[in-house]
Amino acid sequence: MSTETTAPTVLKLGVGDKLRLWWDALARPTQWLVGVPFIVLIALLPVIRPPLLTTVGTDFGSVLAQFGMYALLAIGLNVVVGQTGLLDLGYVGFYAIGAYTVALLTSPVSPWNLTDDWLSQDWAWLFALPIAIAITAIAGLILGTPTLRLRGDYLAIVTLGFGEIVRLLADNLTNITRGGQGLTQVAYPIVGVDPETKPTGVFSAGNTDSPLNSGTWWFWLSIVLIIIVLLIVGNLERSRVGRAWVAIREDEDAAEIMGVPTFKFKLWAFIIGASIGGLSGALYAGQVQFVQPGTFNVINSMLFLCAVVLGGQGNKLGVILGAFIIVYLPNFFLGRTELLGIPINGDDIADYKYLFFGIALVVLMIFRPQGLLPARQKLLAYGRPIYVATRKAALALSRKPAAVPAATADTEGGAR
Amino acid sequence: MSAVMSAGQVLADGVIDFNVQSLVDNFWALTIDGLTYGSIYALVAVGYTLVYGVLRLINFAHSEIFMLGMFGQYAVLMLLGFTPRGDAYTQGTVLTVVYLLLAMIGGMIVSGGAAVGLERVAYRPLRKRGAPSLVFLITAIGASFVIQEFVHFILPKLTGEKLGGVNAQQPIRLVVPSVQFNIFGAEVTNVEIVIVLAAILLAVATERFVSLTKFGRGIRAVAQDPVTATLMGVSRERVIMLTFLIGGLLAGAAAMLYTLRVPSGIIYSGGFILGIKAFSAAVLGGIGNLRGALLGGLLLGVMELYGQALFGTEWRDVVAFVVLILVLMIRPTGILGESLGRARA
Repeated sequence: MSTETTAPTVLKLGVGDKLRLWWDALARPTQWLVGVPFIVLIALLPVIRPPLLTTVGTDFGSVLAQFGMYALLAIGLNVVVGQTGLLDLGYVGFYAIGAYTVALLTSPVSPWNLTDDWLSQDWAWLFALPIAIAITAIAGLILGTPTLRLRGDYLAIVTLGFGEIVRLLADNLTNITRGGQGLTQVAYPIVGVDPETKPTGVFSAGNTDSPLNSGTWWFWLSIVLIIIVLLIVGNLERSRVGRAWVAIREDEDAAEIMGVPTFKFKLWAFIIGASIGGLSGALYAGQVQFVQPGTFNVINSMLFLCAVVLGGQGNKLGVILGAFIIVYLPNFFLGRTELLGIPINGDDIADYKYLFFGIALVVLMIFRPQGLLPARQKLLAYGRPIYVATRKAALALSRKPAAVPAATADTEGGAR
Repeated sequence: MSAVMSAGQVLADGVIDFNVQSLVDNFWALTIDGLTYGSIYALVAVGYTLVYGVLRLINFAHSEIFMLGMFGQYAVLMLLGFTPRGDAYTQGTVLTVVYLLLAMIGGMIVSGGAAVGLERVAYRPLRKRGAPSLVFLITAIGASFVIQEFVHFILPKLTGEKLGGVNAQQPIRLVVPSVQFNIFGAEVTNVEIVIVLAAILLAVATERFVSLTKFGRGIRAVAQDPVTATLMGVSRERVIMLTFLIGGLLAGAAAMLYTLRVPSGIIYSGGFILGIKAFSAAVLGGIGNLRGALLGGLLLGVMELYGQALFGTEWRDVVAFVVLILVLMIRPTGILGESLGRARA
């Protein structure tokens, strides 16, 4: 018993850190046991529609559906910005390419429409989805190959130019994209058709049932996709690829010297980020059933970046929280005339969103550049058992020394 | 010629039309207009280049500094008693020049002040903490949101809806463009002469200032080696403030010149695209290099208008971005190389 030497080393941790340690120290099945009800609770939000949380100016289901798409975008952008440390200001370009791919393949007014010939309308969206992801991945490859050799700040401006070029192409190639008129009647998954009440299925914009309207259904679909993407990205992060990304983010030169092929892994990050953006764009095209260039203004890239930075670069849960703030807050105020009895002009506050996000970015960078839920350095090698053991030990150390004899900390810490 | 045209059309499959004839016919007119725009880009590009040279920072918010300058000079004109109206005011040449100079000084004061204020409020705290460059970039993006939305929403409330807001300002015209002489059949107007001459004068004056004066030597010293410069008694903070001030002043002057050419361009979002183009110009000439900024600006302005004639007006911005990407791919250091520090004394 070496209690007298280890007793003073009590880790002083905040509530967030303790929560994180507790979570990290749980076994995988326990994590699922806790996580699944939590996710179900979130999924039930548009059904319950809690009185104060529910938006008044816009439909709550649609707001949550938009949150789902932004969360996907934030996860994708987080791979590029948060994990690999590459500043991509043209991410909206990938979102646009994903949306336009689906729209061009399935809209009856598009010259490349396939639904006339052999593709059934029922399966058109699902058919176009992987194509959209593949094409955005290729776009990421095409943009990344020449530009990822540049220094970081140049990369930012080139990607900004790329985002603007994509929008201008959509605007100017009127023979294909119909320019500002946009592409109408984009396909969506046709599920749950009821000839009398829902002739076009639950995902159609025509489904205005309350609370199970199309927005709610799209929100649920996006939750499923978010979980799949999180599993893929999470596994990548824990693999050799993820370790290479972190090494590049921390010090590219050092990583290169240590034998990490930095260009290759930067390109991979770019391509994976791009394809997640494309997936989100495909969701958007399906939900709105209408795609036009104005939606893909470069200022949206800044908004996506804001979500990642606000939430916490490199922390997947953090960027999802960031996406929620970005989407939900302006909509929360929209149309609200009073809050907790205090009269407010909610429309004005919603209008000022860019002003507030701008101030938030500047203030955050000065006082908390790591974001609301910061990423922590994790032990990435040696596999999960050792990682969990270290968490348990840390958790035990963070408790009162009297309650935990230090020598037995790492065996008993997780059991309570 | 028709063979070239049809080849072009086949190449683009009717999606993008090439119009070589238009480029050939209007070559000199396009060149002159391009030089006009290019000299404005050059002035704004100097701001990017100076700050980059000293701090290795892309000051994204510089485009909003330019935008504030447009509003600054407009406010001066309003204070002088001009009200927006459809036709141009006609005064004597001397009076017009005086008014324009006053407007330019107003724009320069607003932009210069805003640039220094931005440096103070947003960048200095980050420098003190030794933040990584990504943090600076994100701050700059946040700052440009704030400035844009300030003009969008707050400024109209402060000025009784006279300045700012969603719509562009109604133009106040002091100069009627009138043709002074012809070059190779292309008309040259008084506005174009004023813009090009003023811009080149200001750019050369800045270049001389940086090359010859004590302050300029300080700037170059910090650009070359901040630590040694500090040891030699140069105040790094003062040099940084000076570079932001010079950049801001030139952006304000450029803003006045720009509104001579595009009187209806005074809008809260009017700085963004021009800022990216000016940045492209700085990179094209070699960022950190003052002469490069001038050369890059003029080249970009001309290329953009050739591209516009070749592909159509709607492709003008695309040309600028493609030029930027090509330059960075082929020669990332720009035509004249990056060398604020190495510019000779």
